[in-house]
Amino acid sequence: MRYEAPETLERASQLLAAETGIARVLAGGTDLLVQIKSDVIDPILVVDIKKIAETREIKETSAGFHIGAAVTGAELKEHAKLRAAWPGLVEAANLIGSTQVQGRATMGGNLCNGSPAADSVPGLIAAGAKAIIVSATGRRELPVEDVMIGVRKLALAKGEIIAAFQLPARTPHSGDAYLRFIPRTEMDIAVVGCGINLTTDASGTITAARVSLGAVAERPLLVADAAKAIIGTKLDAAALDKLATAASAACRPIDDKRGTKDFRIKIAGVLARRTAENAYARAQGKIGKNH
Amino acid sequence: MAKHHVQTTVNGDAVEFLCETDETLLDCLRNNLGLTGTKEGCGTGDCGACSVTVDGRLVCSCLVLGVETSGKKIETIEGLAKGDELHILQTKFLEHAALQCGVCTPGFLVASKALLAKNPNPTETEVRYWLAGNLCRCTGYDKIVRAVMDAAQDMQKAKPKTKTNTKQGA
Repeated sequence: MRYEAPETLERASQLLAAETGIARVLAGGTDLLVQIKSDVIDPILVVDIKKIAETREIKETSAGFHIGAAVTGAELKEHAKLRAAWPGLVEAANLIGSTQVQGRATMGGNLCNGSPAADSVPGLIAAGAKAIIVSATGRRELPVEDVMIGVRKLALAKGEIIAAFQLPARTPHSGDAYLRFIPRTEMDIAVVGCGINLTTDASGTITAARVSLGAVAERPLLVADAAKAIIGTKLDAAALDKLATAASAACRPIDDKRGTKDFRIKIAGVLARRTAENAYARAQGKIGKNH
Repeated sequence: MAKHHVQTTVNGDAVEFLCETDETLLDCLRNNLGLTGTKEGCGTGDCGACSVTVDGRLVCSCLVLGVETSGKKIETIEGLAKGDELHILQTKFLEHAALQCGVCTPGFLVASKALLAKNPNPTETEVRYWLAGNLCRCTGYDKIVRAVMDAAQDMQKAKPKTKTNTKQGA
């Protein structure tokens, strides 16, 4: 196994593109090193992207937060302004693993690991984040919901690297939240995860919403029907019922040791309600933004 | 492929070692530097026995490649005691009998030190969540949590009263 730690995205991309054998990007390594150790993959080349400045920075511009793909969960948590603006996204990323794992794990890695149960991915999708994808020939943007196309399958060409995530600018009366169901209280993999981001007008009527579900399909889903169910409402009981029904209807989960198909479908509805209530309360400034 | 020549700082001492690409920081500490205080439990980042800090950040050394630590500052369990003088966390672990077999203990101590550096006056809930990635099959955790809380109190008392010593989130 060869290790390279280039200082530019272009160089990293060239290295990955030129390797004819198995090549992997190393960000936090919390999935990659486990997979190497357990012989799931045996890469010939590992390209560490942490020496590339853009992957390690959180920047705030008029266009919104720009979060490097190799920023760690612990660093997201310590960024007070990001947490205040996007508490749901930061919560989602912070649910991954232990304190030790948070010291290394990244949102870029969480997405590119290609697990349908990745906690930060529904948070990113709900936020409307775009992945900034770089190759030796240029850059492109792809909505995060279009990056994963199946279990361990990504819409990235050979040599393409996710450098960062661009969040939209935060508008007034907006809030996001992420909840997941796990059988324990900490350190587990989502049976179902739900991320919701919404905006209301001054009277509290929802004007925009995005609902994302994790662990209920072969990839994290953006559920447009669930968002439609609450847009134009003040999240009354009828809207919550419609939201739950739409969320459950979008699920096409598997049975596994963490939960049955029927359980996941039901819980998706329950979590969608609770997540929407949290996001709505945040949009109304009713609960602390720094959970 | 030639081995990597890594220059780094471990517990304040400049060190250098040679490692293969696939050798983890844990392997390098134990096998190349003879620092066997850091233990291997699961080897997959689940148990926390191999906890160290890299540039002040708590990590599992089994999930870090040795070659990645070039130019970094690493702190291990061997850096806790100053000569014969135990760190207060070590003293409190002994007083509270917060260990039995001892394999998880270095990881708990390093993780607890990192917690108290960040949050000198943690609540019990904060201690339990922070240490959720450190597994112990002997103690049932209560003694460990009490030892950490007691150490935090003593460290607070020992500290001159300054403005940094203010409120923590509940």
